[in-house]
Amino acid sequence: MKKILSLFGLLFIFGGAQAAMPAPDELVRAVTGEVLEIVRADDAIRNGDPARIAALVDEKVLPHFNFRRMTMLAVGRDWRQASPAQQDRLVEAFRTLLVRTYSNALTQYRDQTIAFRPLRAAATDTTVQVRTEVQQPGAQPIGIDYMLERSDNGWKVFDVVVAGVSLVTNYRGTFAQEIRSGGIDGLIRSLEARNAELASGAAS
Amino acid sequence: MNEKPVIQLRQLAVAACAALLLGGCASTPRNPDDPLEGYNRAMFSFNEGLDKAVVRPAAQVYEHVAPKPVKIGVGNFFSNLADPWIGLNNMLQGKPGAAFSDWMRFLFNSTWGFLGLLDIASEAGLPKHDEDFGQTLAVWGVGEGAYVVLPFFGPRTVRDAAATPVDMAGDSAWRADHVRTRNSFTALRLTHVRAGLLGADRTLEESTFDKYAYVRDFYLQQRRFKVHDGNPPLEYEDFDAAAPRLGGVAAAAADAAVERLELIDPTAAGPMAAAPVSPQR
Repeated sequence: MKKILSLFGLLFIFGGAQAAMPAPDELVRAVTGEVLEIVRADDAIRNGDPARIAALVDEKVLPHFNFRRMTMLAVGRDWRQASPAQQDRLVEAFRTLLVRTYSNALTQYRDQTIAFRPLRAAATDTTVQVRTEVQQPGAQPIGIDYMLERSDNGWKVFDVVVAGVSLVTNYRGTFAQEIRSGGIDGLIRSLEARNAELASGAAS
Repeated sequence: MNEKPVIQLRQLAVAACAALLLGGCASTPRNPDDPLEGYNRAMFSFNEGLDKAVVRPAAQVYEHVAPKPVKIGVGNFFSNLADPWIGLNNMLQGKPGAAFSDWMRFLFNSTWGFLGLLDIASEAGLPKHDEDFGQTLAVWGVGEGAYVVLPFFGPRTVRDAAATPVDMAGDSAWRADHVRTRNSFTALRLTHVRAGLLGADRTLEESTFDKYAYVRDFYLQQRRFKVHDGNPPLEYEDFDAAAPRLGGVAAAAADAAVERLELIDPTAAGPMAAAPVSPQR
């Protein structure tokens, strides 16, 4: 009986920990709000200062993303053929590419408003879709949806869906093609070469 | 300046044909959505050249010169002219409510909205829709066919390429009788639309090492999304072998799902529907 009671106690502790975890829609709303406020106030970021953007993204945005899951979704079924070492390099290279893309997009932000659509999810869901809309006068609103997954240390974004297009699975065609012609290592090489090229500023 | 992309296109087309022939001998399976990849890549480069030489510079000038209220007005004006045709497509797709909403939009915006320069209908709670004849054909059950890049028009599926002339005939902005007015309208609309995409240029350029494939997959994903009116069945598989196996039938079903790729398109009767899942494990 005592054992059962202590088990109940444990359950409550875990239940309490989960309740303390911010809800996925609140998380997205808080992070979006905070980041955009910083961008709005910071001319250096809007003028594309790479160091400033990187610092902002590193601190505020990246902790909420699950890049391993993202890479796995982008690579698709070939993921299983990759060795753990190859998987780690893929995650690292894809992460670098995605972070750069996201940082670029951030410098484009001007005066659009972000509307949050009501969350339709049950309390027990482990995967939810937080739907937002970017509105600007004279143009149709663009939907940006965040797919989040519950983990032990909070909700983590594993996909961003822009205007109905999953930015993660959109890489699948390209990646599959690379893997067909050069194997997993070929894909790693292509990604790393692209990152190096962009880092040296050759592609801009 | 004008000659160059054409010559380039010819060379590319020759190279592409050669690649296509060689590809036919090789045993690597091509992307099933894109059997015309060789031709498409050549045409994509041609369109890119055209964009770089003419369309993007014009859009950049427009973006700089036109004051914001003018740009908003231009956007609203063309959006309004398209609404009757959007409404008709909604009707043809069996959505009379949406159709009447589109026609009400046109009525409101054309009168109270000063010939469509203001979009008061959106503020009054009549949302803008996005329909065209390609989507109507999809609702009627026409498959999308191969991916094809058209000169000037850009990415299409065969179905949407076939629908394009119908859309042009149906959309009032293309129908102005006065040829010069029509041409100016077309140029202004194209420039306006392109200007709206200038911000995405760098992102697109840097986001991948194969821009052609990225644009293709983006287009195809987005068309499927539009056909389903924004409710596509996004499904995410777990490809991590380290993940706990469900065992038995569930694992077999998961494997079958993995074999079948990621985003499940219910319009395509895939092997999932046909092949029974065999629990041999």
